Amino acid sequence: MKLRVDRDALADAVAWTAKSLPVRPSVPVLAGALLSITDGRLTISGFDYEVSSQVTLDVSADSSGSALVSGKLLAEIVKALPAKPVDIAAEGSHVELTCGSARFTLPTMPVEDYPALPDMPGAVGTVDAAAFAAAVAQTAVAAGKDDTLPTMTGVQIELTPSGLSLLATDRYRMAIKDLDWRPDDGDLEVTTLIPAKALSDTAKALGARGGDVTIAVPDASAGGVGMVGFAAAGRRTTSRVLDGQLPPLRSLLPATFAAELRVAAAELGAVARRVSLVAERNSQLRLSFDSDGLVVEAGGAEDAKASEGLDCQYDGEPMKVAFNPQYLLDGLSAISAPQAVFSFTQPGKPVVLTGGRLSEDDTNDYGGYRYMLQPLRFDS
Amino acid sequence: MSRTPPSARRSDAFGPGLDDTGCHILHIDMDAFFASVEIARRPELASRPVIVGGLGNRGVVSAANYRAREFGVNSAMPMVVARRRCPQGVYLPPDFTAYSRVSKAVMAVFAEYTPKVEPLSVDEAFLDVSGSGRLFGSASSIAAEIRRRVSADHGITCTVGVAATKFIAKLASTQAKPDGLAVVPVAGVLKFLHPLPVSALWGVGEKTAAGLARLGLRTVGEIAQVPPERLRATVGRAAAAHLHELAWGRDPRRVEVTRVDKSVGAEVTFETDVAAPEELARAVLALAQKVAARARRAGVAGRTVAVKIRYGDFTTLNRSRTLPEATDVGRDLYRVAMELVTATVTAPVRLIGVRLEGLSPAGDGWYQPRLGEPEHGWRDLERTVDDLTARFGGGVVTPASLLGPDDTPEPKGGRRRRD
Repeated sequence: MKLRVDRDALADAVAWTAKSLPVRPSVPVLAGALLSITDGRLTISGFDYEVSSQVTLDVSADSSGSALVSGKLLAEIVKALPAKPVDIAAEGSHVELTCGSARFTLPTMPVEDYPALPDMPGAVGTVDAAAFAAAVAQTAVAAGKDDTLPTMTGVQIELTPSGLSLLATDRYRMAIKDLDWRPDDGDLEVTTLIPAKALSDTAKALGARGGDVTIAVPDASAGGVGMVGFAAAGRRTTSRVLDGQLPPLRSLLPATFAAELRVAAAELGAVARRVSLVAERNSQLRLSFDSDGLVVEAGGAEDAKASEGLDCQYDGEPMKVAFNPQYLLDGLSAISAPQAVFSFTQPGKPVVLTGGRLSEDDTNDYGGYRYMLQPLRFDS
Repeated sequence: MSRTPPSARRSDAFGPGLDDTGCHILHIDMDAFFASVEIARRPELASRPVIVGGLGNRGVVSAANYRAREFGVNSAMPMVVARRRCPQGVYLPPDFTAYSRVSKAVMAVFAEYTPKVEPLSVDEAFLDVSGSGRLFGSASSIAAEIRRRVSADHGITCTVGVAATKFIAKLASTQAKPDGLAVVPVAGVLKFLHPLPVSALWGVGEKTAAGLARLGLRTVGEIAQVPPERLRATVGRAAAAHLHELAWGRDPRRVEVTRVDKSVGAEVTFETDVAAPEELARAVLALAQKVAARARRAGVAGRTVAVKIRYGDFTTLNRSRTLPEATDVGRDLYRVAMELVTATVTAPVRLIGVRLEGLSPAGDGWYQPRLGEPEHGWRDLERTVDDLTARFGGGVVTPASLLGPDDTPEPKGGRRRRD
C-alpha cells in the first residue's frame, strides 16, 4: 500500500473516523483506523460494534492494500502536519507517514483481526444536512442520560411520506421536531430509536459539510430495523438502534391552551442563568407573571436569594410556575428563536415552549419544534 | 451497641459527685437498650440473661443484658456462639417498632432540657446543656434528673458521661456503664484519660492499636508524650495529628443538632444463600421500601442508588448508579437497585444491601414530577403508607409481593406486631 494525499482532506477524513473510535476498546483492534486502497481510492474506517464510520477519498495510489493503525494517534499526527502532500506507505509491520521533512513510523495491527463493518442499509430518502443537524441538536437535549432506562437515551426518528420527525424525552421534559425530507418511496413508515450521542455526533459532522444527508434503514420486511445509516459525500456512518420505542409523546401535547406567555428568549436565558446562581442543584427557578411583566426568582428564606424582572407579553390571570433551572435553560436555547412562547393549560401541568419571531422583518420559520417541560410541584 | 469498653480501672479521676464546672456536654447511652426495652415490658425476665438479635443460623446479637454478658455474650457476636455460651438465656427477635417508640420518647425527654440534642443512634445522644444552667441546674444535676426520668417513665436505665468535650463525655459514659453517672472535671481530664488503653481513642481500631503497640505505645498517656511526627509512618499524617489532639483531651467538635447523614441504607443477611432471582427481587423491594421510608422521615432525597452484594464466600461487591433527579420513592429505588443487582449477581447471595447516597434536603417541598405524572402518584402512596406505619406500626401496608404464604387477608392488624 502506497499513496499520496492532500493534507487537509486527510485530516478531515481521519478526524471523521477517529471520533467514532471507542475510548476504551473491548479488543485492541477496535482502537484502530483501517486504511485501505482499492481502485485509487482510500477508505478509512472505524468501528466499535455500535457505530461504524467510513470515509472514502480520491488519492494518487501506487498499489492497493490495507493497514490498521491507531486511529487516535493517526488523527493527532495528521492534525499537526504542515500543509504539504502526505505520503503513506505500508512497510512490513509498520506504516511510514511523511509530510515535507516530517517522518512518522507507526506500528500496525493485524488487519485480519479487524471486524467487517456492517453493510450500509438501503437508502430511503434525503434531508438537508444543516437542517437535520439543527433538528437533532434540538431534540437530543431532552434525551435521558440514565442508562437504567436505555429507551430514554435515544432519539426516535419517524419517517413517513409526509415528513421526518425527531422525538426525545427523559421523562421530565420532551422535545419534538418535525421537518421536511425527500423520501424515495411513497408509502414508507419507519420508526426507529437511535442512541442520542451517536446521532448527535453524526448529524453534527455531516451538517457542518452542508448538502444533503441520505438516510438508510434496512428493509423492514427482512426483520426488525437493527441499524440505521447516514451518508453524505463520501462519508457514511451506521449505528445500532435501541430496543423499544418512546411512549406516545405526541399524545401528551395538549390540543388547546389557556394562556400564553411571550418573552425575549435570550433575555430570559440571561436572567435565568443569573438568578439561578443562588439556586442550588435540584432546586427551583420560580417565574411569576401578569400583564405588567415577568419576575424570575430563586433561593429561599434562609439561603441566598435573587430576583430579576423583565418585560413580557401576557394577558391572563397572574400566574406562578417553578422549573428546574437547567431544564428551562435547555429549552430556551433549544428553540433557537428570538422569542420564547410558553403555553399553559392548568397550573402544575406540563408547559409547552416554542419559538417565535420578535420582529415583522424576521422571515425565519421557527415552527415544527416543541419543547415540553413539567413544572416542579410543591408538596408540604 | 457500643464497642466493648476498653478495659479500664475505676479511678478517682471520674465519678458522679465531682466538680462539673465547665462541663457542658452530656453523652447519654441506654444500657443494653433492646434488651432493656424487652425486660421493661416483661419484668419477669429481669433476673435472667436476655439476648436480642437475629435468631436464625446467621443471626447476630444486637443486645445482651448485663446478666447475659456475665456468660460472655456481647453484641455483634454470632448468635450460635451466644447460644453455646449461655444456653439458659432468653432469646428474643428484635421488635424495632417498640425500640423506636421508646427511643423517640427518650429523645423527647432529652429535648426538654436543651434544644441541642445530637442523636447518634436509637440509643445514644450528645446533649449540650451550656444554656440550660439557669433553668435546670448544673450539668451533673441535669444528668441525674434525666437518668431518674428515663428509669421512672420507661423502666430502663442509661449511663451519662459529663465532660467539657464530646470525646471525654463519651469515654466517661463508657467507663461508668451500666446505670452510672460520671463527671470528668476539666482539671481531671488528663488524669482520667492517660491511663486508658490506646483503643479508647476515637478512630483507633484493632489494626491501628496493633500498629501503635509495635511502637511501644499502649496507653493514651504514652501517645500524648510522643511527637505526632513519630506516629505518621504508622497511622498517616492526618490521623497522627488527630490522635495527638485527642490524647491531650482536645476535641473541638460541637454538638450538631442537625447531623446530616451521608447516606441511608439497609441490608439483610439471608438464612441460606439465595440464588433465585425472584427471591432476591423481593428482598431488594423490601429494602428499597425501607430505605425510602427512612429517607422521607429524615426529609432527604438522594441521587445515587448503591447496592452491596456479598456472596457465600464473603466476596463483597458494591455497585452504584446516579440518577438525573434525587428521589425518596421506594419504587424508583427498587427499579435502579434491581438493575444493578441483575447486572451484577453471578452466584448465590449471602447478604444484600440497598443504599441511597448523595443526599440533599428534599427540596423544601418542591419536587420534579415526570411529564404528565398524576398529582397523586407513587410518592403520595408511599407517604400515605408512612402515615399508616406511624399510626399502626410497621407492616400494616406492604407490597403484595412481600406477603408470605401465612399472611391472611383477615383484618388482624399488622403481621409484625407481636405485642
